[in-house]
Amino acid sequence: MTWFQRKKNNKENEMEVEPTADQTALAVSAGVGTSPTTVTNMLDVDIAPDDPLLAYILSSPGIIQVDRLNLDSPALGELKEAQVRLAVPLISQGELIGLLNLGSRLSEADYSTDDFRLLSTLATQAAPALRVAQLARQQQAEARQRERMEQELRVARVVQQTLLPKEVPTLDGWQIDAYWQPARTVSGDFYDFIAFDDGRMGFIVADVTDKGVPAALVMATSRSVLRAVAERVVSPGAVLQQANNLLCPSMPAKMFVTCLYAVLDPTSGVLCYANAGHNPPFQHHGENIVELRARGMPLGLMPDWTYEEKETRLMPGDNVMMYSDGLVEAHDTQGEMFGYERMRGVISQPRCGEELIQCMLDELHGFTGPEWEQEDDVTFVTLNCLALPDPAQVDVSEQLLAEFVLPSRLGEEKQLIRKVTEAVAPLNLDQHLVERLRRSVAEATMNAMEHGNHFQEDKPVTVRVLAGPDRLIARVEDLGGDALIPMATKPDLQAKLQGEQSPRGWGLFLIQKMVDEMNTYSNGDRHVIELVLMR
Amino acid sequence: MEDNTFTAHVRKQSGTSIIDLKGEIDAFADEALNTAYSEAASDSPHTIVLNFSQANYINSTGIALIVSLLAKARIAKCKLVVYGLSDYYRELFDITSLSDFMTIYSDESHALAGVH
Repeated sequence: MTWFQRKKNNKENEMEVEPTADQTALAVSAGVGTSPTTVTNMLDVDIAPDDPLLAYILSSPGIIQVDRLNLDSPALGELKEAQVRLAVPLISQGELIGLLNLGSRLSEADYSTDDFRLLSTLATQAAPALRVAQLARQQQAEARQRERMEQELRVARVVQQTLLPKEVPTLDGWQIDAYWQPARTVSGDFYDFIAFDDGRMGFIVADVTDKGVPAALVMATSRSVLRAVAERVVSPGAVLQQANNLLCPSMPAKMFVTCLYAVLDPTSGVLCYANAGHNPPFQHHGENIVELRARGMPLGLMPDWTYEEKETRLMPGDNVMMYSDGLVEAHDTQGEMFGYERMRGVISQPRCGEELIQCMLDELHGFTGPEWEQEDDVTFVTLNCLALPDPAQVDVSEQLLAEFVLPSRLGEEKQLIRKVTEAVAPLNLDQHLVERLRRSVAEATMNAMEHGNHFQEDKPVTVRVLAGPDRLIARVEDLGGDALIPMATKPDLQAKLQGEQSPRGWGLFLIQKMVDEMNTYSNGDRHVIELVLMR
Repeated sequence: MEDNTFTAHVRKQSGTSIIDLKGEIDAFADEALNTAYSEAASDSPHTIVLNFSQANYINSTGIALIVSLLAKARIAKCKLVVYGLSDYYRELFDITSLSDFMTIYSDESHALAGVH
């Protein structure tokens, strides 16, 4: 409800009305003379919403002769106490916006009929003018408030931008690009890069529920927590788990953070990732687009959650696109969503980096039309593999002990491992090490025959055995260069015993258990698995 | 090469069948191993014992064959135990978790004492 303050000057019937704003009660300030000749004090009268005086005024508009009215009304009591004789309601659009209160005439004569007429006319004309003045002042106050908020948001945006990477990192053989466009001045989306001393690079793409200032505040906390944990924990799954446990106690109700965290080894192209409920990134490999999925609850919802960790390998020409949901969930004027299929369509084209991002934005803007009001924050981070280091040039101190070329025929691997044993015999190696070398080479060779060359006997498998000062290296090469080698995971024996999975599928897992390091490379149409065993 | 050709020989004694595995357990062992298992399981023994003391090579396909045998034995509610594993293959049974599902004995006498 609107209220106003009224001052009465010394001269009778000269009044000044000052509108202010209040939502709870009607307050009336009456300047009332305590003697017939002077005005000595000001009186504020609050009319509560349930005061019968208010109902009376609204139901019986007109000048109130205060001393003739009997109501169980605190406000009326105050008016009488202040010796108000006449109260003239100012009503605009059915709402009481003020009262003109008059004490006794200086002449001590009663108010005349003319006085009543004059006051009625005055009230009729003053009410809308007062209303306009009230609204104008209210709008001015709101405009000042808006301006203050906008200024604060501008500052918040500057602060938030300082939390985003100043520039994308550079990595030999890799191209990294990023794009960030908040829907409002500040955003719940963020991304980050973490460079590790050993050359690996961490990527964070995250989205806080909600937009605006609350999301931006949670974003700032989440970013700090993720960064702090990632700098001392290696595994992406463990990083998300610890970050989640740290964020849970302080996360505001109904808010959470979806987050993808991936770590790239730029020499092998292996990208290890875990996902806290964020959109799965896409990997573009040859003709294929693969969604890199990993299970995990968004951060801040439930403590002690464990996060699935997975790996993929990028080869020259491969792209990975990490993004937030603002893109896929953008709507056109008919309410249709941009969706994953359009996104896949853009990714499937042979573009990378900034060009891919620009193409995606062009597609988005073409879809939504020029009048689009961005509904949600939009963030992309793209990772493009330009080249991987040639494993043959990694360490020139390695000595080639033997090279074998064999047809892709099952059983050939057994003869091979006898030859491998002979080749390393002069090194007088520990028998257990030799056994691990033999078995891992045999398994890698069988995989190369089956999965790389599809048992086509005219397609050879080439095996090179090398020795460095501290290691043995075996490189097994096939002609399946365009196929991704899945990462080794422990087979589910229980599922195999229950007939839910094939009893096969042990090769990569056994290789990984037998060697100290396993790397894969693609060189055009050739594919190399490198096995490293420390001496 | 010939010496390493896989053979499987079945012996039976009082509710237990023993399969002596000899040579290389890989894709080429599939038929012989399954034939031997069928023979060993023919009169529903309570336990089948796999003797690995003369098995000199097991690759990932060989592991898959043993997983298949174990799956069959579980359906038939027949216990499958092993003995004669070298240290290397003992480790292989551990890392594949096969040792969680099959009791491993050092030799035949311990295996038979264990199952009776």
